[in-house]
Amino acid sequence: MLDNTNISPAMAGAVGAEISRTTSYPIDASDIRRWAIAVYWPQQPPVMFQVGDVAPEEFNPFAWAVAGSVAANPGAARDRNDPDNTELALGIPGPGLKFQLNGGLEVEYGTRMRAGDVITSVRRLGEYSERDGRLGLMLFSRTEDTWTNQDGELVKKTVSTLIRY
Amino acid sequence: MSPRKPVAVGDELEPFVRETGFANWNRYAAVNDEFVPIHMDDEAGRAAGYPTAFGMGNLQWSYLHNLLRAFAGDDGEIVRLSCQFRGPNTKGMTVTAKGVVTAVDETDGAVTATLDVWTEDQNGTKLAPGTAVVRLR
Repeated sequence: MLDNTNISPAMAGAVGAEISRTTSYPIDASDIRRWAIAVYWPQQPPVMFQVGDVAPEEFNPFAWAVAGSVAANPGAARDRNDPDNTELALGIPGPGLKFQLNGGLEVEYGTRMRAGDVITSVRRLGEYSERDGRLGLMLFSRTEDTWTNQDGELVKKTVSTLIRY
Repeated sequence: MSPRKPVAVGDELEPFVRETGFANWNRYAAVNDEFVPIHMDDEAGRAAGYPTAFGMGNLQWSYLHNLLRAFAGDDGEIVRLSCQFRGPNTKGMTVTAKGVVTAVDETDGAVTATLDVWTEDQNGTKLAPGTAVVRLR
């Protein structure tokens, strides 16, 4: 650990904790179609996403609204633009850094999402690390997110890295 | 189902190319509910240390999926994908998603391809390098 660190004992102690458990509304074919139009724009998306019921692998069924969500700290204010939102969801103080960036993603896919599916996401806090970067001391935190469908089938496992500075 | 095209190490995927800026990013924000100032406001981008607002890493992630889906076809599957977001997709960039096959495994008639994939800017600077595994049918 660096002498000048943003990783508090409370943060280090929370590694492995469940951050949240969220359930989507049933996926709507129109949401699949709009997603595909946005990510292929200005070209038309593949026909399978326009007239079929299968969703692109990276489709997000939790955008805009969810059917239910339980956070480790239910009283936490939910502001995704707040760089401390991960720790606040766990009920511990965050590092108080000003900026956050998406550092990377690692995904293993299972069964495809389809219209009508209800997806459950379980997010857990992964490891913290730090290193000096062009913009100063950078904090890296990992989050593990497992999605399953209404039949308990694995949809995907994602490890995402958040960079804060 | 049409016969699957043969695949070999060194094969390059058909690139997926997009001119990028607010027209792309706002559409993506609208479907992913990702209205973050650094993606919508040049001042916010500059305050974060970049010359302009910059696009979502998640949209480059989608571009990599688009690349792989075109390679795999409707019957193929993306098994794994990972990437690091190393460079910002600033306003006006031409972003190209590319890939090359690095290994092919054929077991019991099932073909699995491992690939290096990445997005790059118009100067060839890699923005989001990664790896993928795709099952072909």
